[in-house]
Amino acid sequence: MNNESQNINKNTVTKPEVLHRKLNGNTEWKSYFSSLCGCSVFSVVKFKITFFILFLLISFSSFSQQQRFPKPEFETGYTQPTPTTPEPRALAWEYIDVSVLVLVMSLAAWFALKRRSRKGLLWLSVFSLVYFGFIREGCVCSIGSIQNIALTLFDPAYAISIPIILFFVMPLIFTLFFGRVFCASACPLGVIQDLVIIKPVSLPVWLRKSLGLIPYIYLGLAVLLAATGSEFIICRYDPFVGIFRMGAEFTMIILGIAFLLLGMFVARPYCRFLCPYGVLLGWMSKFSAKHLSITPAECIQCKLCENSCPFDAIDAPTETLKTDEKKLNKKRFSIFLLLIPVWIFLGGFAMSKAHSFLSKAHPDVYLAELLIQHPELKEDPDNIDIQTFLSSGKTMEHLVTEAKEIKQKYYTGSWILGSFLGLAIGILLMNQYVFRRRKDYTPNKVDCYSCGRCMDYCPVKPTPNPSREGNEPTPNPSEEGNKATPNLRQPEEGGPLQK
Amino acid sequence: MGKKQYNRREFINRSMQVTAAVAVGGLATLAITKSKAGGTVWQIDPFECTQCGRCATDCVLPVSAVKCVHAYDLCGYCDLCGGYFKPGVKDLDTGAENQLCPTAAIERRFIEEPYFEYIINKDLCIGCAKCVAGCSSFGNGSLILQIRHDLCVNCNECTIARVCPSNAIHRVPANKPYIIKGDFVADENSRWENPT
Ligand code: SF4
Ligand code: SF4
Ligand code: SF4
Ligand code: SF4
Ligand code: SF4
Repeated sequence: MNNESQNINKNTVTKPEVLHRKLNGNTEWKSYFSSLCGCSVFSVVKFKITFFILFLLISFSSFSQQQRFPKPEFETGYTQPTPTTPEPRALAWEYIDVSVLVLVMSLAAWFALKRRSRKGLLWLSVFSLVYFGFIREGCVCSIGSIQNIALTLFDPAYAISIPIILFFVMPLIFTLFFGRVFCASACPLGVIQDLVIIKPVSLPVWLRKSLGLIPYIYLGLAVLLAATGSEFIICRYDPFVGIFRMGAEFTMIILGIAFLLLGMFVARPYCRFLCPYGVLLGWMSKFSAKHLSITPAECIQCKLCENSCPFDAIDAPTETLKTDEKKLNKKRFSIFLLLIPVWIFLGGFAMSKAHSFLSKAHPDVYLAELLIQHPELKEDPDNIDIQTFLSSGKTMEHLVTEAKEIKQKYYTGSWILGSFLGLAIGILLMNQYVFRRRKDYTPNKVDCYSCGRCMDYCPVKPTPNPSREGNEPTPNPSEEGNKATPNLRQPEEGGPLQK
Repeated sequence: MGKKQYNRREFINRSMQVTAAVAVGGLATLAITKSKAGGTVWQIDPFECTQCGRCATDCVLPVSAVKCVHAYDLCGYCDLCGGYFKPGVKDLDTGAENQLCPTAAIERRFIEEPYFEYIINKDLCIGCAKCVAGCSSFGNGSLILQIRHDLCVNCNECTIARVCPSNAIHRVPANKPYIIKGDFVADENSRWENPT
């Protein structure tokens, strides 16, 4: 392992240079510090718990902590001002956000499943874009909350707040009941992409399936890096948050715009080929109790909806298999099923080889390796990280021990990550030979975002529900959506629809 | 046979639903047992900050949410303020060439011989920490950096915290959102402690 820790990737050496955007003149002070600071040692005791380790005492002697000049006794009746400390956003707001989220998802479920209104979903997404995107500035979102959950499970010192847990859990629960209504019109990242779709192209299956593995990798990496206390990559590389905040690092703004431009033709590229939360939502949606249906009644095989989905999420009806095909399929399925443990092992093994590289995401490991590889950097006054470390009084041994412990965590973590990816690949391959008989065109429950576009293409009119004859709109008290929107227009096409 | 298959599928679906619900519920319960009511915000511990200057450049906001705060309690009201003047200035006047602050955000006001008050104009301050470094080196260390919560959007992960070389930025309880240095005697108690 020590050998591995010496392997430093060439391009990582440039990283500190990027980080070290220094402000001129700061260095002059640094030399003054060292002469002045030795005299006073004010020990700062602070428990710093990063990840599982409890770092012990850190004593700080790098700068003055002493009142050199006594406080003056004023004779002119001067009153000393107090520093202004504006309060942060009240916690109540966070709960209001959660309530808005639940309300939006209830409405979305109602629009998708009962009212069958694409228009309703569309306006709801505009609202979410404005509220969760531009007003709340896209933070904390459900996607990022994965990392908070991971960190809180692994870092004893990190206390998560309840609204974040709710942001994580509520969309999953809703999806388990109604399909991905969160993606349809509540997720700010999803709706901003949904609203720019102009001329979606259909992607070949193999491409979709293989790109569809990226979210699994992203999810696994995000959990690994968050759990080891390294960083929150989902937040760092969120392409749209810069647009919501109207300002961010230049590269991130460019990336966001690039995603939107791409999204005009490849619908929802982030959702389909990156979003780690989408993986979890897909699992939930696959087994959801209810789900949006294209047709309100019986499918008449008119094929009008066939190409209506910008995300290629509509499954066409399947022909019945011949008996010998069935047999072959069964055989292949069993082979791939048996291969899954092999995939899991291979994945874990391969990923564990990369643990050393991955662990550089943690600043302590990064610093330790940098110092081992390039001891001459200790003389570089412009390297802030190294200079700060040197003046902190921490010993090199201490740093290396810490780095080793973190690496060990990464070793275990990358085995788990690799096995998870192996499992995902194994199941993907196995599923090729799962044959589902389908009579009608149906949305693929995993991939469908419940956006409602396809419903508009279906020419079948809903059969009026006999129990509600006479078009009397009797609001159902169990429907949250109904209560919340008393002033919405009444259904044009008969009563509520049968599934 | 068709019916039987339907039932089997139904059964698998149902059990997967329950499994998923239990998994999500379990995760939520685990998280809730570790949660703290009240939430957290990001704040700089001025005792750990080494004035590297990244606070000015690494905030996600166009102008950093980090500003200099004057902990007046500690200030010596010095004529020769290490935070106001460049090192080695000739004249102690308010000429821009004498000022350390790149944006002239510090206002110097005469109070009585020989004392001067220094006030930070938070609209001009960019959080570059030059004055903080100067005051820590030559003065009482009464100028400190703090994240101002009227500006900060409380990112899920503060981008400055990620690059802070001295790990001086932490999540602190939202009901104690500032760590202002106080009188050094009373100071031990006012120090921020880890939320757990
Ligand atoms: S897939 Fe992800 S980004 Fe897209 S709408 Fe769903 S949660 Fe949002
Ligand atoms: S609702 Fe229809 S159009 Fe929209 S994602 Fe699902 S299948 Fe595609
Ligand atoms: S990044 Fe850290 S050390 Fe640098 S000025 Fe900000 S708080 Fe201080
Ligand atoms: S020197 Fe920098 S931190 Fe101090 S007041 Fe000026 S801008 Fe703010
Ligand atoms: S939390 Fe975000 S807005 Fe606040 S100081 Fe950090 S980077 Fe800036």
